[in-house]
Amino acid sequence: MNNSFISRNPSVMWFLLCLAVFTFAVTLLSEASGATFISTSFLKTLGKTLCLCLVAVAMDVVWGYCGILSLGHFAFFGIGGYAIGMWLMYERTREIVETSMSANVLPPTPDEITTAIGSQIFGVVGGSEFPAIWAFSHSLTLQLLAVVLVPGLLALVFGWLAFRSRVTGVYLSILTQAMTLALSLYFFQNDTGLRGNNGLSGLQNIPGLSDVSQATLSLWFFWASAVALGLGYVLFAWITAGKLGSVIRAVRDNEARVRFLGYHVESYKLFVFTITAMVAGIAGALYYPQAGIINPAEITPIASIYLAVWVAIGGRGRLYGAVLGAAAVSLMSSWFTGGSAQDINLGFYVVKWTDWWLVLLGATFVAVTLFFPKGIGGLFDLLPRKKGENA
Amino acid sequence: MSTLLEVSGVSVSFDGFRAINNLSIQIAEPEMRAVIGPNGAGKTTFMDIVTGKTRPDEGRITWGDRSISLIGMNESQIAQEGIGRKFQKPTVFEAQTVRENIVMALKNPRGPFDLLFKRRMSGLEDRVRGISDEIGLTDALDQTSGALSHGQKQWLEIGMLLAQDPRLLLVDEPAAGMTPAEREHTTDLLVRAAKTRAVVVVEHDMEFVRRLNCKVTCLHQGSVLAEGSLDHVTKNQDVIDVYLGR
Ligand SMILES: Nc1ncnc2c1ncn2[C@@H]1O[C@H](COP(=O)(O)OP(=O)(O)OP(=O)(O)O)[C@@H](O)[C@H]1O
Ligand SMILES: [Mg+2]
Repeated sequence: MNNSFISRNPSVMWFLLCLAVFTFAVTLLSEASGATFISTSFLKTLGKTLCLCLVAVAMDVVWGYCGILSLGHFAFFGIGGYAIGMWLMYERTREIVETSMSANVLPPTPDEITTAIGSQIFGVVGGSEFPAIWAFSHSLTLQLLAVVLVPGLLALVFGWLAFRSRVTGVYLSILTQAMTLALSLYFFQNDTGLRGNNGLSGLQNIPGLSDVSQATLSLWFFWASAVALGLGYVLFAWITAGKLGSVIRAVRDNEARVRFLGYHVESYKLFVFTITAMVAGIAGALYYPQAGIINPAEITPIASIYLAVWVAIGGRGRLYGAVLGAAAVSLMSSWFTGGSAQDINLGFYVVKWTDWWLVLLGATFVAVTLFFPKGIGGLFDLLPRKKGENA
Repeated sequence: MSTLLEVSGVSVSFDGFRAINNLSIQIAEPEMRAVIGPNGAGKTTFMDIVTGKTRPDEGRITWGDRSISLIGMNESQIAQEGIGRKFQKPTVFEAQTVRENIVMALKNPRGPFDLLFKRRMSGLEDRVRGISDEIGLTDALDQTSGALSHGQKQWLEIGMLLAQDPRLLLVDEPAAGMTPAEREHTTDLLVRAAKTRAVVVVEHDMEFVRRLNCKVTCLHQGSVLAEGSLDHVTKNQDVIDVYLGR
């Protein structure tokens, strides 16, 4: 089924080809292959960018195709990161604690080990007890399930409440933003048990793989991110193709009319909202081990607004547009804010890019919205194409 | 011929203004019915009520062989019961092709997962062809429907209505913006549809109504002013006063 699907959608094939070539080239140029062109930290940036591209594709489906301007999808991304981060932190701390305690004269009791792990992890917030939310943190399988299920359930319940009462447009966006704000405040609290504003750290150290160098680990995560982006892209291309895609776009353009055709619009919105939230969770779970740290600031509404900006700049309503937007803006962002960009001395004023980058981004967003509503992806419309071929 | 739709004693007010006032109408299956009346008589609002867009303040609406009540059902449930609607202002999905519009309307399972996993529907192409031939848009199947003329959009919407295969078609001003030849074609389409279904047509053009050759209901201020054959209705002094005479 997928074969014929991909062959009927040349843009999907092109995308996968570009992604494969890119992955291959980066692999050859990375430190793990003995080259020096791509440092490990830059490799991590590239891997993280692929994850951002994946969440942007999800955002494009929910916003660009279905017309729901969600300001919550980066929160789902963050929740995915937290879910995997809890296992990483627990398991890694357990390894360290057990190693250090094995030198003791008396073998430590399980209780002593648990308390030691607890005080290692929760010392920063003045505790050593494991909060209930960490109940499954010892199990990789369960935390991996949480990566998908927690964002999915949250989206399902929230979406059901919101769509059922037919909240649409700006009001819906505000509602999703309120959800995101509430979530981030919840994560900020020490009582939540997720280390408050300290967040989770040391996530780049993968338990059981302490012998593997960061250069190699980063390459593995880069590959995993590339595979996830490829699969996510195909999944969403499949969903947005055919009759389902047709109905989803119709919901965006005139949901009242879709109802009179006999479609239960709310089910469609809920389906799109939930599945994109789940993919966002997966993207986050791959991103944060490469970032090494996650804290509640990542979940605040502004992050979800940036996500919408990337998609708008890349071009709504086409999946590769979202990829281009996310890649271009996030890479430029790390270039400008990472100190690589030369400050401009105007004599009377020094333009520091770390401060002015956001102004530039904001201006770009306004310009794109006003003058190039199709975004970067719109450039592809200028290419000559064979008649009847559909991007 | 049995009663398919029964509207009895229905009233609706918008901010205190009674748009529909104790309205009662019965539609049989099959039947062709024309609804006429001056602007603001409540013709479109009548369709809004039947299709679930507007909830009546009082009255009953019963449907089908088992006389189920349509009040309290939502728009998509009512549509799935077999009531299709063409809007006064043609509303097709302009960003999508004529084919996509028709395929969306075709009577098929309507859940997201049905559409995700049942990609290949048997005879789909034939059914699309059948509809597009009937509405004269076969050559335009792969064209974006936003690029169609006003009259063609009207037809596409009628085609989508036929594709839904409803038992009751509510058609609001189908001939607006059409040339005389197109009007004639539209009449044929509707008359053919009414052989096996119930069709309710709202139209201001009396010539068009005459060609439908059917029972006529004249609405005024939200209730029935006169009902019967076209000649009977047009001879009614009240109808002449409020509608035809102006
Ligand atoms: N949603 C609404 N809110 C307020 N008033 C409404 C609403 N819908 C209809 N009306 C009013 O109800 C009355 C009946 O309107 P309706 O559209 O049913 O008339 P109509 O018979 O279809 O007229 P036309 O021939 O102009 O299409 C009008 O006075 C209209 O302004
Ligand atoms: Mg009207």
